[in-house]
Amino acid sequence: MVLEKVVEILRNYKDEQDLEVTAASTFEELELDSLDTVELVMEIEEAFDTSIEMDGEIKTIGDVVTLIEKAIA
Amino acid sequence: MSFTIIGTGSALPKTIQTNEDLAQFLDTSNEWIVSRTGIEARHICVAESILDIALEASVNALENAQIKPAELDLIICPTLGGDTVTPSLACLIQEQLGATCPSFDLNAACSGFVYGLDVADAYFSRNADLKILVIAVDAMSKLVDWQDRGTAVLFGDGAGAAVLASGNSLKAIQLTAVGNQHALSIPWPKGNHPLTKSQSNPAPYLLMDGPEVYRFAVAAICSDLRSVAKAAAIDLADIDYIIPHQANLRIIEGAAKRLKLPMDKFVLRVNGCGNTSAASIPLVLDELNRNGLFKTGTRIALTAFGGGLTTGACVIEWA
Repeated sequence: MVLEKVVEILRNYKDEQDLEVTAASTFEELELDSLDTVELVMEIEEAFDTSIEMDGEIKTIGDVVTLIEKAIA
Repeated sequence: MSFTIIGTGSALPKTIQTNEDLAQFLDTSNEWIVSRTGIEARHICVAESILDIALEASVNALENAQIKPAELDLIICPTLGGDTVTPSLACLIQEQLGATCPSFDLNAACSGFVYGLDVADAYFSRNADLKILVIAVDAMSKLVDWQDRGTAVLFGDGAGAAVLASGNSLKAIQLTAVGNQHALSIPWPKGNHPLTKSQSNPAPYLLMDGPEVYRFAVAAICSDLRSVAKAAAIDLADIDYIIPHQANLRIIEGAAKRLKLPMDKFVLRVNGCGNTSAASIPLVLDELNRNGLFKTGTRIALTAFGGGLTTGACVIEWA
């Protein structure tokens, strides 16, 4: 559920609707630099109306999903 | 009674370094810098001292205001620091101008100009009959590590000033501070006492957590603009010019998107100067003033954020 929404936000952010994404996809593989990552995380936070700590542990889409799931639990 | 801005001035050092110039000695490129920051070039103090550009901006502002230095009642200099730890830059500006008023520096990093306006506002509430010079200047080229491609490319040097006199232009102003050493800091050189000189000290250059600063900055612009607009009883859509601290194009785009405001509401000059710290807002203010864009009733919002972490925003109606 969270993963699906995160993937949707990511596809809109990159403006690539058929982008291949899994929980294991890294930001690096998705060609997202540190500013892209923070912009994307802010959009995800707004979509879930929550906030998460960004302390350098966020490397994959799955990392974001886990943090969001914890935050909204 | 608060103040009105009766004159503005600015100065940039003559030496311009483009992204291509930086790519000669840093592992970077024009495409990398422009796509992440919107910055194309910056001015660097080479032939000029920090005092030189501060003085040029001050003289320009006094001429624009048509007042003499001797008429000044106060000089406030928002800066991270001048050419010397002491005397303060404000005192050296006072000396060179030939003014005789109290003078002091104010360190609120990139929010310094708005902090300076707020301090000035308090002076006007004590005594309306004043002339105050707020001269914001920073030479970031002396404070960044020119071996760090992640930060050095972001900054430039400059000075911007405003002369304030009694009036009702200031419609709302607010400052914030949340102490935070991790997001952005510049350590002092530590001295050479025999008991401490062997201690390992960080190099006295700027350290920044870019993503954290980005998040802080976007949130600050959004909440501060909403808050001062509410205090001034004005809709943000009715502001003629929003002048944000010119740190990074993407920060401003991120804030505009969240505020649902068109980008043309925001005055953007980051491309030619980079982040000039406290000077960035008064540099833009002076340019628009000299180009005749401010008429009686023109509504201007300033929004700044920087090391501290500090933020400041205000709404001004041009007199």
